[in-house]
Amino acid sequence: MSGESQTDGDRSRRNRDISRPDRGLRRTAELVGLGVTAVVAAAMLGFVLLYWARDLPVASDLYAAFRSFGRGMDAAFGTNVFRHPIMWQSMAVGVLVGVVAPLVGSFLVHREMALIGETLAHTAFAGVAIGILVTASTGWNGSLLLVALVVGVLGALAVQWLTERTDAYGDVPIAIMLSGSFAVGTLIVSYGDGLTGVNVQGYLFGNLAVVTPEGARLMGALSLLVVAGVALTYKQLLFITFDEQAARVAQLNVTGYNTLLVVLTAVVVVGAMQVLGVILVAAMLVVPVAAASQVARSFRETVYLAVIFGQLSVAGGFAVSIGLGLPSGGSIVVTAIAVYLATVVGSGFSVRAISSHG
Amino acid sequence: MSEIVDLDDVTFAYGDTVAVSDVSLTVEEGEFLGLVGPNGSGKTTLLHLMLGLHEPDAGSVELFGRPVEEFDDGGRIGYVSQKATSRGGAMPVTVRECVTMGRFAHTGRGRLSTADLVSELSGGQRQRAYIARALASDADLLALDEPTVGVDAESRDAFYALLDELNDEGITVILIEHDIGVVTDRANRIACVNTKLYHHGDTESFVESDALVEAYGTTGQVVHHHH
Repeated sequence: MSGESQTDGDRSRRNRDISRPDRGLRRTAELVGLGVTAVVAAAMLGFVLLYWARDLPVASDLYAAFRSFGRGMDAAFGTNVFRHPIMWQSMAVGVLVGVVAPLVGSFLVHREMALIGETLAHTAFAGVAIGILVTASTGWNGSLLLVALVVGVLGALAVQWLTERTDAYGDVPIAIMLSGSFAVGTLIVSYGDGLTGVNVQGYLFGNLAVVTPEGARLMGALSLLVVAGVALTYKQLLFITFDEQAARVAQLNVTGYNTLLVVLTAVVVVGAMQVLGVILVAAMLVVPVAAASQVARSFRETVYLAVIFGQLSVAGGFAVSIGLGLPSGGSIVVTAIAVYLATVVGSGFSVRAISSHG
Repeated sequence: MSEIVDLDDVTFAYGDTVAVSDVSLTVEEGEFLGLVGPNGSGKTTLLHLMLGLHEPDAGSVELFGRPVEEFDDGGRIGYVSQKATSRGGAMPVTVRECVTMGRFAHTGRGRLSTADLVSELSGGQRQRAYIARALASDADLLALDEPTVGVDAESRDAFYALLDELNDEGITVILIEHDIGVVTDRANRIACVNTKLYHHGDTESFVESDALVEAYGTTGQVVHHHH
């Protein structure tokens, strides 16, 4: 070590000392927030699995215990919510959406690809419509979401194909894709109207009652997929997000990672559509990330805070939705925007604090 | 001395608009090449062709002695794009995150705290963070596309002094710079383009030639040969 670099070290250590208590507190709060999120998400995954296995010997006892716990919660809050497994399924989906949507959204927002989420939601809606048509005309008793997932992923690949060929994520092909797939969806829904009793409005605006046990299981599996996908490719996605051309020069498979990101987005959107609705689903990809970017001190912190803010939005939104009997999608998005406004106000103060240092 | 970049009769068009026409030039190891030309003259496109970001419509490109489409050792090139330079303010990324994007961690040369946000650095410091990233993989070639846009004069001088230092250590530098004065001060070779190559040679011969007037005073459509 040269004398010069030691001086550098001393200097930066001193700088760190000044801000250490503040930063330490903040870091602790974030870790607690993430920890709570992880525990809640794991518990929700556990519930989904337990509900699935409720007829098996040990699971049935556990499930019975869980049901009485739910009744206890209802008694404590004076509600008629937690005793119903379907509500827990919705909450499970909500909690998982609160994790994976901001996770993927962190990259989308900073690549200025926010509109992609919106587009894929509309494509997935066409998928739901196709699913309704297929189930009605063939009597096939499959999951609408599964059809939506397939159509959504195909839509993602189409978007990727279009953008590769139109240079950059141009607005026009994306807008055509967005309204085009929605138009197809409405045509199919209208054609198949009356064939099934499926609640299309639930998919449009989000409804806690739309979530089926299958939907919750699908969301659970997709969430594990998305978290693993992002964790394994975090560094590459960050590099591409920050400077795509430099990443290309560094011989990263940019097209491959872009495709992965768009497909993960489709996966998130299909899962989130159940509680948020087609029209509002993009908000969970964007708003918590916008809030986190207001206050974050690094990209990693942006991702952490986005997940925490996403979780707060889901929890707050569910409280409003359950308490006032309002649609879940709108409640969650309005809560997310409240969190965002709070960070704008908060960062306003911290900006002032920073400038007073200098 | 080996050839780092070798362009042979390269032509590239965006649709019907020819951006680079019949350009042949080589960049030798250890060179500091300044790439100059008026706005829209195809400087960035030419750099992209050198780095394999565009495929030429005609002609061939070699990078480190291999056809560019077969080149796979991305760690040998440090590239700072024009876009990266202009977007530093939008995304919350620390200096450490920026530098380690270049794959392996090595803190670079600047005296920056690696926990600082790139968006809160001064223009000159920000450039150094980008350079550190570009060098983090032990690059032999540094390709910079107008790295000092929006940077104050003093920081810019410090930045170019750093580039000189790196070049003295043997790193090949290709620099796109709109300020002709700066390039002729720093680079030892100049390529002057406006769709076609108007001049390629050492800095002294460029200063004495009329390539500058030719390139800036005519459009790319007019065919002139003054080699």
